[in-house]
Amino acid sequence: MSIKIQVVKKVAREQRGRRRKGTASDEIITMNHVSKAYATGAPALNGVDLHIKKGEFVFIVGDSGSGKSTMIKLLLRELVPTEGEINVMGYDLVRIRHRKIPMFRRNLGIVFQDFRLLKDRNVYENVAFAQRIIQKPTKEIKRNVPSILATVGLAGKYKAKPRQLSGGEQQRVAIARALVNRPSILLADEPTGNLDPKNSWEIMKLLEQINENGTTVLVVTHNREIVNAMQKRVVTMKKGVIVSDEEKGGYIDDED
Amino acid sequence: MRISTFFYTIKQGIINIFRNKWFSLASIATISACLFLFGLFYSILMNVQNIVKTAQEGVSVTVFFDEGISDERIQQIGDEIQKRPEVSKINFISADEAWDSFKEEYLGEYADGFTENPLENSASYEIYLNDVSMQPALVSYLEGLDGIREVNRSDITAASLTGINALIAYASIGIIAILFAVSIFLISNTVTIGISVRKEEISIMKYIGATDFFVRSPFVIEGMLIGAIGALIPMGIIYSVYNEVISYIIGKFSNLSKLLAFLPVNEIFAKLLPGSLIMGIGIGFLGSIITVRKHLRV
Repeated sequence: MSIKIQVVKKVAREQRGRRRKGTASDEIITMNHVSKAYATGAPALNGVDLHIKKGEFVFIVGDSGSGKSTMIKLLLRELVPTEGEINVMGYDLVRIRHRKIPMFRRNLGIVFQDFRLLKDRNVYENVAFAQRIIQKPTKEIKRNVPSILATVGLAGKYKAKPRQLSGGEQQRVAIARALVNRPSILLADEPTGNLDPKNSWEIMKLLEQINENGTTVLVVTHNREIVNAMQKRVVTMKKGVIVSDEEKGGYIDDED
Repeated sequence: MRISTFFYTIKQGIINIFRNKWFSLASIATISACLFLFGLFYSILMNVQNIVKTAQEGVSVTVFFDEGISDERIQQIGDEIQKRPEVSKINFISADEAWDSFKEEYLGEYADGFTENPLENSASYEIYLNDVSMQPALVSYLEGLDGIREVNRSDITAASLTGINALIAYASIGIIAILFAVSIFLISNTVTIGISVRKEEISIMKYIGATDFFVRSPFVIEGMLIGAIGALIPMGIIYSVYNEVISYIIGKFSNLSKLLAFLPVNEIFAKLLPGSLIMGIGIGFLGSIITVRKHLRV
């Protein structure tokens, strides 16, 4: 009886926590006046406001030092802002408890420039790894992994080790790993940075397809051609502030 | 925790051990050395204790009476001695019995030359103590009694045996404590290396949303497995050589064979084996949990 009441109270508390700082219901990422200063030097982010709706596809572009990486780290709750509010999927990332962070991150899929695959394990294991971490039963893993590998076009290569794959294929494995836990948001940090143009395009098409299936996709990139061609929302950053935020935007040249 | 997660964690723990073989081996070797010494000292202590106990039970004080003492007085003295708390057993040996056993032990067929009992005044009480350290007190009490001519005390000085035992105990505690510290240090190093080797994997795990517990447990399992292996090796060695060592000692000191009352190997291992396993696994657990808490700020 009392256990039941405690559970109900806990759930209520969590819901209150999630709803704090009333975000609009379709906003999945909210950054309000976010600044992040490191111990030395100028702030990496300075009063950034960013609102991203559920199901959007957003490019974040900017040179190195523009604050893109800091932004990604803040969204992953690797860093805490010095000022401002960040709310992702209803989680208040400034006040979230340490032990709640893993649960929060399970809503995000992350893809890196350097793939970050486990080199000693094959494609299947690399993807299954993500499911093991969130403690899915083996039976479900056996069902989910082949299906996600088929989605990224690697159904035939599940036994290959990462070094036997091309860069494009490795990035597909990484995307499969990011997607297998069915995240609401996919964060891709320079996903085509290490790929040739042909593979870059294929990866971008894959990300677009994932977005069409309902996942919110954030892509941090340098790739001017792709940004210009895809006609998506483009957020341009420079020296820690957002200098432009356009629907169907293009890559803004840095010529001042 | 799911069963599949449990097995996954154990598997990762085992993989960790093999991933840095040399450090794992060094840790296992140190724990083995530590617990080998522990097992050795434990066996020695238990046996010395057993020998002391057997010897103490055998230690007796013998009381002879004044010439011409009455049987009633002897009976009375016997009753009084019996009442002493440190006395475990008292035997009356009549003059005839004393002579009979003397004849048998030393004279054999030559005893036929005696027509009278030369030990006529040698009736005695053999008094056994339950605590040898009380022997001096009992002796002075007996010497104060009326009708007693002589008190013979046994030559085995219990004090020296007890002293040896204490010395072994202190020395072993000291050495084992040092080895414990070394073991924990080495396990900690092994786990640290394991963590640095898997740094990338750990960071990916954290991005995907692994809980602290999930990230940490393979390393703790690794430490505990190292501890368990490190405990089983010396136990195997001690178990297999125990009987041979004892028969060697008995052979070497056959003149002391009555005194050397060794315990059977199974009796030693009934406590030694679980004790060592608990210690080995405990060292492993401690060493790895300390390290994981320090180096895995998740």
